Amino acid sequence: MTEIAAVAIIIAIGLTLIRALMGPTLYDRVLAVNSLGTKIVLFIGFLGFVLGRPDWLDIAVLYALINFVSTIAILKFFRYRSFQVPLHRRPVPKAPTVQGRDNV
Amino acid sequence: MIAGYSGADLAIALINVLLLGLLFVIGVAIARMRSLFAIVMLSGIYSLISATWFVALDAVDVAFTEAAVGAGISTALLLGAMLLTARTAKPEPFARSIVPILVVIATGAMLVYATIDLPAFGDPDSPANTYVGTDYLERTPQEIAVPNIVTAVLASYRGFDTLGETGVVFTAALAVILLLGFGERSLSATFNRKKDKK
Repeated sequence: MTEIAAVAIIIAIGLTLIRALMGPTLYDRVLAVNSLGTKIVLFIGFLGFVLGRPDWLDIAVLYALINFVSTIAILKFFRYRSFQVPLHRRPVPKAPTVQGRDNV
Repeated sequence: MIAGYSGADLAIALINVLLLGLLFVIGVAIARMRSLFAIVMLSGIYSLISATWFVALDAVDVAFTEAAVGAGISTALLLGAMLLTARTAKPEPFARSIVPILVVIATGAMLVYATIDLPAFGDPDSPANTYVGTDYLERTPQEIAVPNIVTAVLASYRGFDTLGETGVVFTAALAVILLLGFGERSLSATFNRKKDKK
């Protein structure tokens, strides 16, 4: 059973890695990084279970938090070109690109 | 079974080989790519996977630093730097990449050669397990009463050292933020650039 779980997680990591390596658009790569982070969380949880270290689950949860925050940071950066969103919101000029194809 | 390994040891050896293989693939991809955004994303993945490898090696504190700094902060800093430059790197002629490859291979060979002299993993007679290390292990429960010895050493025995390091890191972060200009300044610069184009 554990072998099946290990193989499944490894295949999932490989697939998301392929998407991150090939991914034509920006958002493919962001999504690939985010879901790879989720797979890493699963992998650490699995590793802790197999090696008899259940306290690694805490580390896995912290990784999930870091993953979430960094994804939000990347997306916010590409929306506002800055980490500090102004308090009075200026109208941000809309990017004249096709949806999902930011020119990066 | 592969020679010398069995059961859990074999599993850990396989996990190490797998994670290092992933790191190798990502490293080669980073070296060959030209889109800077893809490189930033891949370096985030690289540090995430190396953090997992550190967890598998039972160096949890190192792993956590790697995940927070490598995958979190430095991704954001690299994105900030990328906004100030071009979005793609110039293609490098093949002749100029030969010398770096040779340097990398030579350094790697020297490191592998150096590992031959290292004591075996978990060797009770190794220098790490014989001199000061045992002293810390014996004294920490009475003197500091923190369950994690590494935390006790970093935050208490070497408290001033850690304080100085924090000052260094703070200064470095301040300098980087001043150079990249996060916030209002970079925002207005971007707007002005867009206006100029129109």
